[in-house]
Amino acid sequence: MNTLAHDGTAMLGRQLLRMRNNPGLLILTQSMPVSMLLFFGYVFGSALAMPGAEYRAFLVPGLLVATAAGGIMTGMFQAAQDTHRGVTDRFRTLPVSRAAVPLGQAVADLVVTAAGTVPFLAVGLAVGWRVEGGALRAAGALGLLLLFRFAASWAGIWLGLLTRSEEAAGQLGGAVFLLPLLSNAYIPVEGLPGWLRTLAEWNPISAVTTALRDLFGNAPVPDGAAWPVAHPVAGALGWCAVLLAVFVPLAVHRHAHGKG
Amino acid sequence: MTTTYAVLSEGLEKRFGEVRALAGLDLAVPEGTVCGILGPNGAGKTTAVRLLTTLLRPDAGSARVAGHDLVREPAEVRRRIAVTGQDVSVDGDLTGRQNLRLFARLHRIRDARARTAELLDRFGLAEAADRPVSTYSGGLRRRLDLAASLLRRPEVLFLDEPTTGLDPASRNRIWAAVRELRERGTTVLLTTQYLEEADRLADDIALVDRGRVAHTGSPAALKALVGAYAEAVVTDPAALVRAAAVLDRLTGAEPALDAARLTVGAVSTDPALTLPRLVRELDAAGVPLADARLRPPTLDDVFLRLTGSKEPVA
Repeated sequence: MNTLAHDGTAMLGRQLLRMRNNPGLLILTQSMPVSMLLFFGYVFGSALAMPGAEYRAFLVPGLLVATAAGGIMTGMFQAAQDTHRGVTDRFRTLPVSRAAVPLGQAVADLVVTAAGTVPFLAVGLAVGWRVEGGALRAAGALGLLLLFRFAASWAGIWLGLLTRSEEAAGQLGGAVFLLPLLSNAYIPVEGLPGWLRTLAEWNPISAVTTALRDLFGNAPVPDGAAWPVAHPVAGALGWCAVLLAVFVPLAVHRHAHGKG
Repeated sequence: MTTTYAVLSEGLEKRFGEVRALAGLDLAVPEGTVCGILGPNGAGKTTAVRLLTTLLRPDAGSARVAGHDLVREPAEVRRRIAVTGQDVSVDGDLTGRQNLRLFARLHRIRDARARTAELLDRFGLAEAADRPVSTYSGGLRRRLDLAASLLRRPEVLFLDEPTTGLDPASRNRIWAAVRELRERGTTVLLTTQYLEEADRLADDIALVDRGRVAHTGSPAALKALVGAYAEAVVTDPAALVRAAAVLDRLTGAEPALDAARLTVGAVSTDPALTLPRLVRELDAAGVPLADARLRPPTLDDVFLRLTGSKEPVA
């Protein structure tokens, strides 16, 4: 465990150095959710039945979670890039803990996500979003958000180690962008046809989004929803546990054993 | 004194789907020597390195590297080896110095800062040290790769085609580093497509073909197995067959005829064949000669002769 902590810290340092050396990409990924908030909030918001300010308050948690799901994309792209460029293989020939490399990557991603949440929420406050459920519950919401990001990262790392190509990772990344569209992140799904609503509500993004809305006090838990949305905090924690239980071992194993 | 082997493999096999990349690799590299693994593209050189450095697990066979079993004690092996290769690379997004510091930390080197500065200096990287590696030339990059492998002195160093595509200055620097390491007792296993490289650096050469060691020996011993490439250019197409008969007799090998270029050539199995004798015998057989020559064997020739393989050498 000591080795894992030492090596993991070194790998975390590496990821943070990479971002410092190449801030352009970081600025781009961090400004994306802000622009989406403004576009969706004012352009789409004007066409919805919900009043604009209310929609923007509804949208802020949704965008937070949709962005967190983007951890799949980031994790995948970085792992694929490292594998493709041979960096992964160099780490694999070193006497370092097998879990340290993916762990360092996932933790670094978490640090960046946490930092990126601050300016996003500042813009959120500016367009009408508020914390209406108390500080403790809000802290819980942020903790849940980071846990979900962490789980998404591990899924991405595994996929990246699997695809090994930056191009393939980029294309799959496009598909990840679609995931929040079939959830309640951007729109309420109560109006959807029954089967589609069920599908959307079993999307992990929906449970986490509902939990955030509930904890921030932005919107009530919808009636008649599927179990994970009807019990959003338990549902969200459950989804994170499942994702971590599946993808952490897969990613570590894949990193340790490569393609052969 | 009994020989201790830094690398000892028996019957290593590796399959990728239908392709048998290694078909029973037997390798014995005595401690403190440089072993050159020579072979054409696709012979299994890189797969051999990936297996011996724990990057891949063998399907069959066994190997000990630096005294530890490859499959049962991979962590012990990793503690004692270093790898520099085509597909084992440093991080392009970090600077040279940041890379070395990272690897020094992972190796738990106490004075990482000083060790990094020392290696940057030694490999002529001081000037480029604070630029991202993605801006490096191929030569600079390969030198940094090697420096990263030498942060902590390995017992066995694996170099996978360390000089492929490099300019002569970078190549010489890498050669000098390999010699220096050998002086200090490090065992080096290097793969190469260049006969010259193996010739200059290796104590022993293992000629790999289709996933097996086809021949082993010192460079001199291997070259002695193959004579010169003998070639005759005739003035009359009708004389080609007669010239071929002479070459067949002198070289002991079946000559290749090139009617368009009016040329006949063969790799000699007789190292004692001389140009005067070649010319004399062709003349005596009444072959109207435009030109005749003997040139030292190329890697292609060695392969053709020793393995019967006609795979091109890139």
